[in-house]
Parts: sequence; structure tokens; C-alpha cells
Amino acid sequence: MEEFIAGWTARHGTGRDGLLPLLHAIQAEAGHIDDALVPAIARALNLSRADVHGVITFYHDFRRTAPGRHVVKLCRAESCQARGGAAMEAAAARRLGVAMGETRADGQVALEPVYCLGLCAIGPNALVDGRPVARIDAAALDRIAAEVAA
Amino acid sequence: MKVYVSRDMASVALGADDVARAFADAGCDVVRTGSRGLFSIEPLVEVETDEGRIGYGPVTPVDAAAVLARTHPARLGPVEQLPFFAAQQRFTFARCGIIDPLSLAEYGAHGGWQGLETARAQSPQAVVDAVKASGLRGRGGAGFPTGIKWQTVLDASASPKYIVCNADEGDSGTFADRMLMEGDPFCLIEGMAIAAHAVGAAHGYIYIRSEYPFAIRTMRAAIEASAHLVAPFTLEVREGAGAYVCGEETALLDSIEGKRGQVRAKPPLPALKGLFGQPTVINNVLSLAAVPFILADGADAYAAVGFGRSRGTMPVQLAGNVKHGGLYEIGFGITLGELVNDIGGGTASGRPVRAVQVGGPLGAYFPPSMFHLPFDYEAFAQAGGLIGHAGITVFDDSVDMAHMARFAMEFCAVESCGKCTPCRIGSTRGVEIMDRIIDARDGAPVRAKAADGGYLGKALYSRAPDRVDVSPDAQTALLRDLADTMKYGSLCALGGFTPYPVLSALDHFPEDFGASAPVKEAAE
Ligand SMILES: Cc1cc2nc3c(=O)[nH]c(=O)nc-3n(C[C@H](O)[C@H](O)[C@H](O)COP(=O)(O)O)c2cc1C
Repeated sequence: MEEFIAGWTARHGTGRDGLLPLLHAIQAEAGHIDDALVPAIARALNLSRADVHGVITFYHDFRRTAPGRHVVKLCRAESCQARGGAAMEAAAARRLGVAMGETRADGQVALEPVYCLGLCAIGPNALVDGRPVARIDAAALDRIAAEVAA
Repeated sequence: MKVYVSRDMASVALGADDVARAFADAGCDVVRTGSRGLFSIEPLVEVETDEGRIGYGPVTPVDAAAVLARTHPARLGPVEQLPFFAAQQRFTFARCGIIDPLSLAEYGAHGGWQGLETARAQSPQAVVDAVKASGLRGRGGAGFPTGIKWQTVLDASASPKYIVCNADEGDSGTFADRMLMEGDPFCLIEGMAIAAHAVGAAHGYIYIRSEYPFAIRTMRAAIEASAHLVAPFTLEVREGAGAYVCGEETALLDSIEGKRGQVRAKPPLPALKGLFGQPTVINNVLSLAAVPFILADGADAYAAVGFGRSRGTMPVQLAGNVKHGGLYEIGFGITLGELVNDIGGGTASGRPVRAVQVGGPLGAYFPPSMFHLPFDYEAFAQAGGLIGHAGITVFDDSVDMAHMARFAMEFCAVESCGKCTPCRIGSTRGVEIMDRIIDARDGAPVRAKAADGGYLGKALYSRAPDRVDVSPDAQTALLRDLADTMKYGSLCALGGFTPYPVLSALDHFPEDFGASAPVKEAAE
């Protein structure tokens, strides 16, 4: 990853405002941002390690551990709740065998909360490996479960 | 044959990609557009005919043959003539759902760039004056006059200056920014280029939340495609990272600067010391996207529509448990009841409407007895709420309002930036209070007896649980006290406005909080 970081700064510069774009790029490349990379990131942008750690831990998107092979982000916000989202959240946890906010023990799937996908008239909604899915019901959960079993 | 299918994220979530593929396989020339904005008819296909574009929806891939034979029963006719669209006043969303969002030719053919041309033929001061005269107020929530903000930046002597577009749209029940960026991205770019001319800025940022991958892709492509038309002004997209508070303007600026998205104390105003400490215009997507119309058609045309001090149109978003949800752009002044019942058609579940939340997670809950309220900044403020980014989330009678109040506190706790104590700690205490209220209401065992020291002394959180008075009255009093502290003590509206949903739920739906008898509203 050190090379990846060097390549990134060669293209995008070493300004501190590059920190979020760099973190996004690392996560897109490696799936998560390992704590072991913090010193290299700090050096690359001339920041303190504490500073970098503080930014990584502030934002919900950045992961410090590897995610599940599949990620289901289920919306918990009001508009989805108005359409039965809380019941679907419980059903999703049962159907996928993993609690909200956790990665299943076999590493196959993570169920993560998200607060609004902007699809608020057709909920409950989710992003399944980045693909938007609307009007989630029991049948949709079955399809999602089959998809993430692969 | 030419057909139109939306590529909007909501349409795709409902299966529009498969529908588009089916029509392409059937030999059609498929144009992918933005969404028209009515989701109960999506996926929607519009077929180009001699009588214009004829809509069919909702359709699935297997319907392609019947649609092309014009025998499909889901025929809607010309979409703009449907009741949902016929009465709209589409100033900002005029092109959305109609054109290919990334076609410069179609954007130009539908009136694009006229606002920028007009602006560039005028002095910066004249452009600022036009925006002032239009009466445009910030669509991100606070409703601050856009022209006055621009004047401050124009008058600032420091350089460089920046234009920042707030596309963080975190409020549940809102999706207008997303729809515009996906459906008519050049309109936003044109608005930002006009702002740049008006205040003397050379570079702009669009900060888009990471939950909007389609919008990020479309905006990046549109920036590249139109770079030669807005030059020397340049633009870039910055992607958020899942923090609601980064929609707050100063937290957003810190986030662009590569820092934790924490709220700054004001003053200094971002207009004077904003991004990288420089004078900065920061506006919502809809504020900036309203500007091309204002310059092209004139400030008077915009200001002619509206209500009181709320001029122009608002792209209202009907969301949640609503039958005909979607985007409804209309002049201010339409009532809440017209929006929810007449246009939205009531609930999707068919049960009675019990509550609507207006303005996202920091907005108040209103009962149907308040549906006479006109959509207007001042009217909503007087009624103890806000219109915010104009999202309306509809709930039917199965909603538990104590649960929604608890959720408001929980959301604040999850999303607090942590800089000020009333928000960071108050929200967590609020969740605990709501848990006690819900326990008491549901007859969970009462754990403690009253102690001395007045209601606060009795009710305050205590490490000795037997000293906590968990009666609904004591906890409700404590909740109001906490809301007061959050409202007046928080650094920004995250902690400051979380009391709106909480207290409006308590005031309008006391029975859900275990109050002995529903409090009758005084007749007006
Ligand atoms: C917690 C919080 C979240 C906010 N989220 C947004 C947002 O997502 N989009 C937005 O335009 N404004 C948001 N605002 C309002 C901004 O602080 C600011 O008022 C707005 O960007 C100004 O632009 P305008 O004048 O065009 O509305 C938020 C404010 C707070 C306190």
C-alpha cells in the first residue's frame, strides 16, 4: 500500500485537503484502512498520526477492519421507518444471520446502518454491494440473502 | 423507435435498468433521462410518437412488447398532463426527466446557458442585485437570502474566493438535490458559474454525500463535459464519508479541508472566512440551481410566484408512507394538507395519516389538525417547526410517536460532531429519558421511588437507580428541561433543533408518552 499512497500523492499532491480523497482511494483499493497504514498516510501528507487517526475514526464510512465479502446497507431513517423499516431491519438481521452493525462470523456478509439513501418514497431501501434496492419486503430479503450467499 | 427510461437512482432501485435493457433488446433507441419525479409510476417508459411522448408505467421488462404494440394497460398518456404534474410550476426542475442529463446539445436546446450568458453580459453587482430582487432564500434549511450572502462575498476584498455547493442532503424525506444532480447536472454547474461571476471566484467545490454514488458519477461527467463552457471557472466534486453533520456549512468546509467534520463557531461568517479561510459562497444545490432561471427569465418572473416573504418555487418532496410520493415543485403558499392529501393521495398503506414530519430529522411532527398551514418559512416557524429542505415524511396511524422522539435523540447521538456538550451528551441523556418514558408507558416495572429535591432532583440521571423518579410526569419534565438546554446551548442546529421533533411529538401526541388523558387543543 505504501506504493499506492506514493502513486496517489504523485498524481494528486500532498495538500492536507487530499486526506479524505486519499482515504476513500485506499478503502476502494484495499477494502478498509488498516491502522498500520496510518503512519504512511501521515507522512505522505505531512500530518500527525493522531490527526489522521482522528479523521478516520470521525467518519462512519471509513473502516479499520476488513468488511464482509458482501455489504448490505439498510436505511434506518424516518421515511423508511414510516414504511415498515424497523420490522424489515429485524427481519433482515434474522434472514442474514447477522445483527445490525455487525459482520457475520464467516465473513460472508455485513449488515450496516445507513441514514437515508434519498429514495424516500419507495422504502424500505438498501444498498446491496452498492446496488440500490427499494421496497424491501420478505421476498426481497430472500433474494438478497441468496445474492450474498454467493 | 425512440423510448425514454430514467437512470435516476430511485428508478434503478425499482428496476429501470432491466426495463431499459429489454427495450434496447427489442431494437429501440433508448434514451436514459433523469426521473420525472413520481415514483408510483416507475419504472416509467415514454415512447416517442406523433402525438408526443406517451408514458407507460409502472412496467417490467416483460411488458416491452405490449408497450411497443401500444396495447399495454398501464398507458398513462402524456406524462406532463397527469394530475401530479399538470399544476406544478417547474422553474428549477423544468428539464429533469425530459432530457438526457449529459447531453450538452439537449441542455442548450432546452434553454440551458441563457442565464450564464445574461450574467456574463452584466456587472457582478447587477447579478447580485437580480438574485436579491428575486427574493431567493437558501433552500438548504435556514432560508437566508441568497443575494445578501453573495453581496457579502462580493464586497470582501480577500482573494481567492470560492463557491461551495452543499450537496450533503442528509435529511430523511429529501431527494431533490439528488434528482437534480442526476437529472440536470448542467443546471447546477450553470448556477455555480453564475455565482462565480457574481462574486469573483475562480474555483468551486460540490460536496456530495457518499450515499449518492449515482449523483457523484453524473456530476463528475457533467463537469468534464462542460469545462470549456464555464472556463475560466473550474469545479470539482468532493465525496463525503457518511457524516450527517457535514451538511452543516462550517463542518462541510472543514471536511473539504481534510479535517474531522466539526462545526466551527461563528463568527467569522463563511462569507468572509470560509474555505481555507477565504471568502466563500456556500449554498444548497437548489439555491444555486434556481439562479439560471432567475437570470434567464428575470428576477420578477421568479418573485411573481410565492407567499409572503417566501418567493419563488419550492421543490417539495413527498416521502414516507405516501401513495404518490415524489418531487412536486410549486410556488410557496400551498397548504400542507393539499400536499399530503390531494397531491400525495394520503398514505400508501391506506390507513389514516397520523403525523407528518416536515424538514428532515430536525423538523417538527405535525398532526392533520395543522394541515391548514401554508408552505412558507414564517408560517412554519410560527407553528413551532421549519420547512427545512422541504421534505415531508408521512406516517400512518401505526406510528409510535414516543419511538420517533427516541429516534430523533438517537440520531443526534449517532451524528453529533462532539464539539459541544449539549448535543454530544444531551442526546444520549435524551435517549435514556425516552427509554424510561416508554418503559413507564408500557407498564415496565417501576424501579424507583420519588426522592426529595424537586422534579430535577428526583428525575435526574443517577448512578443509584433507586433515586430516579421514573414516573412519566417527572421524566417528561426532565425531557423538556433537557430540550431547553440543547436548544439554547448547542453550537449548531443539530443539537439545537433536535428538540423540534421531540417536543412536537410530545405536544401533539401526548398519549404516546403515557400522558393520562389526551390534552385537548384549544379551539382557534
Ligand atoms: C446538522 C445540519 C445539517 C445540515 N445539512 C444540510 C444539507 O445536507 N444540505 C444543505 O444544503 N444544508 C444543510 N444544512 C444547512 C447549512 O448549514 C447551510 O445553512 C446551507 O448550506 C446554506 O445554504 P443555503 O443558504 O443555500 O440554504 C445543515 C445544517 C445543519 C445544522
